[in-house]
Amino acid sequence: MDIINRDALAIAELIRKREISAVAVTTAFLERIRDVETTVNAYINVACDEAVRRAERIDGMLAEGRDPGPFAGVPIAVKDLLSTRGFTTTCGSRMLENFVPVYDATVVERVDGAGMVMLGKANMDEFAMGSSTENSYFGPTRNPWDPDTVPGGSSGGSAAAVSAGEAPWALGSDTGGSIRQPASLCGIVGMKPTYGLVSRYGLVAFASSLDQVGPMARTVPDCAALLGVIAGNDPMDSTSIPVEKVDYTGSLDGEVRGLKVGVVKEISSRGIDEGVLERFQAAVSNLEGLGMEVEEITLPSFEYALSAYYVIAPAEASSNLARFDGVRYGFRASAEGEDIWEMYDRTRSMGFGNEVKRRIMLGTYALSAGYYDAYYAQAQKVRTLIVRDFERAYRTCDVLVSPTSPSVAFRLGEKVDDPLTMYLSDMCTIPVNLAGIPAISLPCGLSDGMPVGFQVMGPALGEATVLNVAYALEGAIGFDERPPLSTSK
Amino acid sequence: MEFETIIGLEIHVELSTDSKMFCSCSAGFGGDPNTKTCPVCLGHPGSLPVPNRRAVGDTILLALALDCDITPSSIFHRKNYFYPDMPKNFQISQYDIPLSTGGSLDVDMGEYKRTVGITRVHLEEDTGKSIHVGESGRIHGAEYSLEDFNRAGIPLAEVVTEPDLRTPDEARAFMQLLRSTVLYLGISDCKMEEGSLRCDANISVAVDGSMGTKVEIKNMNSFRAMYRALTYEEERQRLAIQEGKTVVQETRHWDDVAGTTSPLRSKEEAFDYRYFPEPDLVPLEPDGEWVKALRDLLPELPYARVRRFASEYGLSREIAETLTSCRALADYFEEAAGAGQDPVAVARWIAGDLAALMNDAEVPIGRCPVGTGHLAELVELINSGAISGKMAKDVLKEAFESGKAPRRIVEEKGLSQIADESELEKLVDEVIEENLEAAGDLRDGKDQALKFLMGQVMKKTRGKANPGTASDIIRKKLAL
Amino acid sequence: MAISMEDVEHVARLARLALSCEEKETMRRQLSDVLEHAHRISDLDTEGVPPTSRVVPLVNVFREDVVRPSITPGEAIGNAGWAEEGAFRVPRIV
Ligand SMILES: [Mg+2]
Ligand SMILES: [Zn+2]
Repeated sequence: MDIINRDALAIAELIRKREISAVAVTTAFLERIRDVETTVNAYINVACDEAVRRAERIDGMLAEGRDPGPFAGVPIAVKDLLSTRGFTTTCGSRMLENFVPVYDATVVERVDGAGMVMLGKANMDEFAMGSSTENSYFGPTRNPWDPDTVPGGSSGGSAAAVSAGEAPWALGSDTGGSIRQPASLCGIVGMKPTYGLVSRYGLVAFASSLDQVGPMARTVPDCAALLGVIAGNDPMDSTSIPVEKVDYTGSLDGEVRGLKVGVVKEISSRGIDEGVLERFQAAVSNLEGLGMEVEEITLPSFEYALSAYYVIAPAEASSNLARFDGVRYGFRASAEGEDIWEMYDRTRSMGFGNEVKRRIMLGTYALSAGYYDAYYAQAQKVRTLIVRDFERAYRTCDVLVSPTSPSVAFRLGEKVDDPLTMYLSDMCTIPVNLAGIPAISLPCGLSDGMPVGFQVMGPALGEATVLNVAYALEGAIGFDERPPLSTSK
Repeated sequence: MEFETIIGLEIHVELSTDSKMFCSCSAGFGGDPNTKTCPVCLGHPGSLPVPNRRAVGDTILLALALDCDITPSSIFHRKNYFYPDMPKNFQISQYDIPLSTGGSLDVDMGEYKRTVGITRVHLEEDTGKSIHVGESGRIHGAEYSLEDFNRAGIPLAEVVTEPDLRTPDEARAFMQLLRSTVLYLGISDCKMEEGSLRCDANISVAVDGSMGTKVEIKNMNSFRAMYRALTYEEERQRLAIQEGKTVVQETRHWDDVAGTTSPLRSKEEAFDYRYFPEPDLVPLEPDGEWVKALRDLLPELPYARVRRFASEYGLSREIAETLTSCRALADYFEEAAGAGQDPVAVARWIAGDLAALMNDAEVPIGRCPVGTGHLAELVELINSGAISGKMAKDVLKEAFESGKAPRRIVEEKGLSQIADESELEKLVDEVIEENLEAAGDLRDGKDQALKFLMGQVMKKTRGKANPGTASDIIRKKLAL
Repeated sequence: MAISMEDVEHVARLARLALSCEEKETMRRQLSDVLEHAHRISDLDTEGVPPTSRVVPLVNVFREDVVRPSITPGEAIGNAGWAEEGAFRVPRIV
């Protein structure tokens, strides 16, 4: 059985029917990891022994007729930004190279409660700051479609793992596009839920008002199922919305006739590569073919979203990352005779990589006396305008669409020394985070052999509609290509 | 030159909630280092704060007691600065939209009343504690420090006053009144020595009506220290001005042993806290019902009670203030006075001998072995002349130790005064017989001889003679 | 929006980062680029527009005042390289 190429829902079904054991599934994925990791480097730490032991327990429970949860034995990759009790959580940073959390993130508890088996912690840009996964202390992840290109980021490890068959699905986090952009570049499905739908407890904060955990998978139904597991109110997160549980899988019927689609003019034309634009437009035609009404919509404040984001996100990050100081946990640079201030300075300089330092500096500057009003305060007002633009659009549209990323995967090292160009690769995804709304990226074909992503955005808590549109489109496009990844065997 | 001292205070009150402000760790005092910690109060990556409802309610209660307006929608801010006692290297506090603003508290200074404006009452989290290791035991000269985060995250209500205080005396009186107000509300134990009540001061000296330079004083760990520090600083600034020196705007540290303030020069202080709204928390919008329910909980507060004790019971301000400094003590007085005895005498016995006994035995008023009925009984025994004031002291002591009723103590010990005149007359005759010289002196107008003769009567009666009756009889016998 | 070397040094001190001379120069250049882009937000008229610092429409989220077990002393200091008698050891502060 070619288990590593089956989707998560199929694997769950096979295990539940006991046509395959959880141990066999886990072992197959661990083997695949062994085969392709030298090329892909999707994981920072693989939980080989822990995963097998857990699969054995699940098989034991199934044998005894007990219920180990709806997704018993289905493996999952977890972005290394999510706290896992007793298992190293590095955030892709030297700062936390040996950090072992004392608690589980709420989403980790939830996937555990559903019976899933964590295969390991996925690679990422350090503290989720980046769009290429090149900013990892543990080396870059490579795109399974072309190992000379990046998988996107910051959840590049999660995206590459799913794309390369190293996990059927994964958890990522998205602050400015960190789930959707790598999903796009790796040819998989990735969703950023409404801010507050999924608990952030245990998600190591980058920009608290923008961060959201979300599912990454090969299909829309898998994505919907994983969202169903992790969504829901958490008393440990004050910003978690108390909403009724929604059956996202159950509401996938592909019935989208008559829904209104707005094509966002500002992020669907200028600055988008031609190949991407072609695939995007073909997909928009598919939506029309499904009976949806398509119109162009203009959101005037969007061109300022990137600028506002690169003030707000670093500002929050500069404060969130202040706790990494060498006192209570993590890396400490220590030298005889120095005082605590020297210890702080050297610990943080050696523990953080360049991109993290850059953003801390940027955010500190934007909040500092004399610059607060021009940068931080103004950015927050611009954020209001962006929220209003979306609200206006959703008065006439059910969903909005755009390309996910302006280009397909770029080459490793191509943008690493040019932060501003790198930042521009998030131009289509960032407005969504500023507004706190849900959006999904799904593959809509290839351009020069590399995947192109299509973004569907919905109003706050409109996950069911977004997923359903994506599901219908997925069926219409029929994208079933897999990366031509050669194994080291 | 006309000097005027301008003082404003910033008071931190540690709320006595069961759990901390943003996590479920115990907010109790002390314990082995870091035994009351969790991912939240240690600032572990990924942890998030969730506010304690009671801490918010307690702070609103304090704000109402200080006559503040409750802000309809207030928010938390992050105050960013590095310091090893701060787990996240930012403090969750409130900034430009605090929980409450615009209150006041009247301080009775005897000859005048000082109305002190309350700028704001807000809520924030406490820091951990640094233990400095080295010969000095203090931060200066320490080899290294040890960080204990048991205190980190305990809720703090911060009260900021307007610069309305004019003397160290007023500042101390304000603090005492604020402390008793907080104690009345039952929201903190206000122990300065344990740090659950802390006070920083801003002090400047205006010359001929023009504002001086503000200096912040820290580390005043008792009312006495506060008074001494402000007195010292007031004098230091006046002298500087007189000598034509400039007063530097700075933070100064009070050294209680040396009795001086000195600049707290931390080379690392950058004074740019980069406040911004805490994105992990949502606004506080206390609805009318909650605020009303809290307002209904407000007891009669010390300032009002002092005034009532003076008008209703005729107590002096000093004794009224002593009795009202603690809500239970004031309640005790009112109950004892309710038994119909002279309230001034009742007040004196409570504030005097009873308070001393409780102090020595370290017994709080709540567990006082002398019930209010017994105290009233004691006063009645004195007023009826059954025992003397001097005997009453012993009776009270006995009652305090045994819990017995004063009347029973008097009976058991046969302590009642010999008020019977015929019996006393017989005794006085004996005394005069035995002390003719003294009797002669008294006749000659040497008044101190009366004291001697009285002493002899008391000796014979083992103190049981009513002193008034006895001296009357002596005078009568000597035909004075 | 070119920023000065003094700005870079001031911000590095606030952020507690020790930067080499070379790093400072690179930082100055890169931050200037990004800030120039970021400064475009000042083109927008935001007169009368309230700031958005959070996007969830929630207020008054509380927990009840209930004590729950803390972590163990071993867990508290387990990730600290420098601990002594259950406390975190840090170099001298002044
Ligand atoms: Mg404060
Ligand atoms: Zn705690």
